[in-house]
Amino acid sequence: MDIKNGRTVKGVNFVNLRDAGDPVELASFYSKNGADELVFLDISATEERRKTLANLVLEIAAKINIPFTVGGGVASIDDVSQLLNNGADKVAINSAAVKKPDLIDKISGKFGSQCLVVAIDAKQIEGEWIVHLIGGKTPTTIKLFDWVKEVEQRGAGEILFTSMDHDGTKNGFANEALSTISRLVNIPVIASGGAGNMQHFEDAFIKGKADAALAASVFHFKEIEISKLKSTLTAAGIAIRN
Amino acid sequence: MKIAIIDYGAGNIKSIQFALQRLGFEGVLTSNEAEIRQADKVIFPGVGEASSAMEKLVSSGLDKVIPTLTQPVLGICLGMQLMCTSTEEGNAKGLGIFNVTVKRFNAAVKVPQIGWNTISELKSTLFNNIKDPSFMYLVHSYYAPLCDNTIATTTYETAYSTALKSDNFYGVQFHPEKSGEVGAMILSNFLKIEE
Repeated sequence: MDIKNGRTVKGVNFVNLRDAGDPVELASFYSKNGADELVFLDISATEERRKTLANLVLEIAAKINIPFTVGGGVASIDDVSQLLNNGADKVAINSAAVKKPDLIDKISGKFGSQCLVVAIDAKQIEGEWIVHLIGGKTPTTIKLFDWVKEVEQRGAGEILFTSMDHDGTKNGFANEALSTISRLVNIPVIASGGAGNMQHFEDAFIKGKADAALAASVFHFKEIEISKLKSTLTAAGIAIRN
Repeated sequence: MKIAIIDYGAGNIKSIQFALQRLGFEGVLTSNEAEIRQADKVIFPGVGEASSAMEKLVSSGLDKVIPTLTQPVLGICLGMQLMCTSTEEGNAKGLGIFNVTVKRFNAAVKVPQIGWNTISELKSTLFNNIKDPSFMYLVHSYYAPLCDNTIATTTYETAYSTALKSDNFYGVQFHPEKSGEVGAMILSNFLKIEE
């Protein structure tokens, strides 16, 4: 879920919800309908964001009984501390980790690897996977396959990999890059970007060797029902809660 | 019903308080011995590193209090591990309630184990009306091997204990407060235990 000023944004099309823009209500819907985990990403650019996000986390924690990750602009130990104290299970850091890699060491040292997700946005430039910042807008000089190893060594508990080449295409996840990452690191890898149908999820687990798969719009627009997706994956021999 | 959540500065307890709230109960966060002893149920949470958590228990004297409690006590995650004899994490001595030594997963599997896995061979009123097997949410790098106190088993690299029981003491490796409706039912079962 992308959150802006405390509201869910980007393509939410739920007719059976009173207010589809309310992240707490949407979270509660997904939690009751079989989602295994929720990720909230704050994309606000306002000064008030921290307070709004912290309050939102408190409301979500009160309502839902499955794990959730919060990210977006997390840049310091204090940010992490506040979000965890308000009931978030994990925090995701992205740009701040690229700019100050030792933030990964500091967070995992203080709170444990289990609550730290390092989110990585990457796309291919001349055949090479390159880490990008600011939602994929700004290229860095860092190679994706070097960066995943570094974040693991520094103490990341999980990697959330979004392929900017696949995000929004609905043509499937970046399975080749995913399987390379899964081979390089020994921490869970979450696939993100490209989900369009149920086969894509199966491919992410089998071809991409991903440990988890994340999607937004196919669920927001009810193109895929979580319960059906899970029974399909179970039938394909993938161990999944249902 | 008075529910005490033992406060020793070890990690996030908000989720547990909220889970109790959803069941209609209030969990009081406390490190006060008298308040803990008077409670009908005691929850012993924990997230973080074992040896530093154990140091906090020792410095507050709670290491002497917890093993002598007589009401139902539920250790969750690190709380459960600290109730064991000892742990390989920081070579810490535990509270000695469960007769087992906590070990680290080998590098052959992804460590920590983060996510949903099944519990099975359920043997306790704690699991009344719980389907065997059931998926629960787990986050941990260390595990309690199978032993006489085992009341639920999970397999990750090897079969190990995801729940332990000794008299009035219960410990669960999984997070009932994060395991959906099934987790909520296990918490509710714990609150119904009378001993």
